[in-house]
Amino acid sequence: MHPEQVATAPFDYWSMVFVFVLATFIGVGVIRRVSRLLHTPLMSITNAISAIAVVGSIIVTGSDYPPVIRIMGAVALFASMTNIVSGFLITDRMLKMFKTTPHPPPAAPREGGSDKP
Amino acid sequence: MNALVQLAYVVAAALFVMSLHWMNDPKTARRGVFAGVAAMGIAVLATWAQPVVVHHGWIIIAILAGFAVGIPLSLVPLTAVPQRTALSHAFGGLAAGLVGTAKYYLWYGEGPENLTTFRMVAIVAEIILGYLTFTGSLMAAGKLQEVKWIPQRPVTYRGQNIINLGLLAIAAGVGIALVAAPTAAWAPLAFPVVIALALLFGVLLIIPIGGADMPTVIAILNSYAGLSAVAMGFVLDNKLLITAGALDGSSGLILAIIMCKAMNRSFANVLFGAFGQVQQAKQLAPGKDYKAETTEGAAQVLEQASLVVIVPGYGMAVAQAQHKVRELYDNLKKRGITVKFAIHPVAGRMPGHMNVLLAEADIPYTDLVEMDDINGDMPQCDVALVVGANDVVNPAARSDKGSPIYGMPIIDADKARTVFAIKRSKRPGFAGIDNELYFNDKTWMLFGDAKKVIGDLVKQLSDGGMH
Repeated sequence: MHPEQVATAPFDYWSMVFVFVLATFIGVGVIRRVSRLLHTPLMSITNAISAIAVVGSIIVTGSDYPPVIRIMGAVALFASMTNIVSGFLITDRMLKMFKTTPHPPPAAPREGGSDKP
Repeated sequence: MNALVQLAYVVAAALFVMSLHWMNDPKTARRGVFAGVAAMGIAVLATWAQPVVVHHGWIIIAILAGFAVGIPLSLVPLTAVPQRTALSHAFGGLAAGLVGTAKYYLWYGEGPENLTTFRMVAIVAEIILGYLTFTGSLMAAGKLQEVKWIPQRPVTYRGQNIINLGLLAIAAGVGIALVAAPTAAWAPLAFPVVIALALLFGVLLIIPIGGADMPTVIAILNSYAGLSAVAMGFVLDNKLLITAGALDGSSGLILAIIMCKAMNRSFANVLFGAFGQVQQAKQLAPGKDYKAETTEGAAQVLEQASLVVIVPGYGMAVAQAQHKVRELYDNLKKRGITVKFAIHPVAGRMPGHMNVLLAEADIPYTDLVEMDDINGDMPQCDVALVVGANDVVNPAARSDKGSPIYGMPIIDADKARTVFAIKRSKRPGFAGIDNELYFNDKTWMLFGDAKKVIGDLVKQLSDGGMH
């Protein structure tokens, strides 16, 4: 809005590019060490994390903008929120199943339970 | 206030990195989920508390709706996790596309000086990536869910790649024109053209891809969803978005690379190669036929074994045989037989799919062994039991230069002393290729539904144990 903000903007852009490049290297370094056992939960947790787009959607939905703009924001907020909720919940649900020792056989009442065809 | 918000974002970014760090071991992985939830909570509250946010009603409604849809989506059976994942990539892409669209029209109307070249590049990248991820992931989810009106088989036609790349080039061309003149009178009309082309491109990109390539495609779409979040971060000048998006993007990229390596194929080949179409089902070893075995005979051989390696594939999930496999595992373990599972990276419909299904069936993850670690033990293995896997145990990948899967690393099931392969019918597998393993002298076929065959095996073993 103010001319001086626009004038200083290019510096900001470079710092964003820095953040992007460094975060990518951190991501590659961290993700490469994730156990292959957990690649499915990894994918669902990164889904939930990238739904941080919720932050942008909240601003667009809640600011004093024209209604059409805010409706687009609200749909985006709904989509992001769905990813956050389902992503974290299903990741935790899957991770709970990874154990080093099996259940004692008699205590297995959920035989085929949640997995009906 | 702004300093507090930035502080909250820094804390959230650090927690996200720690969250992924803790995923390196199943023992600490759940801590990763808590860190992620905490980070998300902090980021949402810090954003919501900002003074620019003056309308709260729609935010609350959208968040509640997100919970209402998100909770049921988190309760799907684990065989349906690939579809759910694809669907969440679609949501991620849609959110990015919509925010980019909203911001463009907002600034076009109320602050054209904000539409700098850098921002316009970011907006165009955001909407192209966002909307193509949206429709591409919806298509992928539809194929995985086997929705009726979406063809399961790869659909190919002449000039397909030229048409696809041409569409993308037109979208990029219009996008460049928008970057050059974001405030021109025609710009608000050209913007939806880019959106429409991106939506169409997403559909066309997935149509030629078959089920066996889904793990790679899901990983690539994961990467696109992350990159569209990065682009959103550039548009909104938000470093937390850039960080989280970059983490997601690099994760998708690494998984896609692992999947491609596990199939000995390139990205380009997966996306533009139309795997299911290239090969003609080749008649192998004419004159040779399968040797069938009864479950009774197989049970007798299993009893005598000291090391049994089970090779699961997507067929196990289709037959819902995981829990029967667990019973077999328990039974053999009780006899003092060592039982391991050999997990191929592309077994199943998404990276790591088999591990999750077997973990759900209560099999300890310490007995789930990666391909590279188990192959050295295969010559000592008495019985390899192949359950619904096909291409990942096909020795043609090692020997037959003409085979479409030549060069793909496989699980060396054929090196075991005896191989039992459970197969529903005599039809070839997903890639339409006959499997040499089934004609091997030491291979015995157990025809039938995997769940039933393994159930019978367990019954035979239990009966035998009583007498």
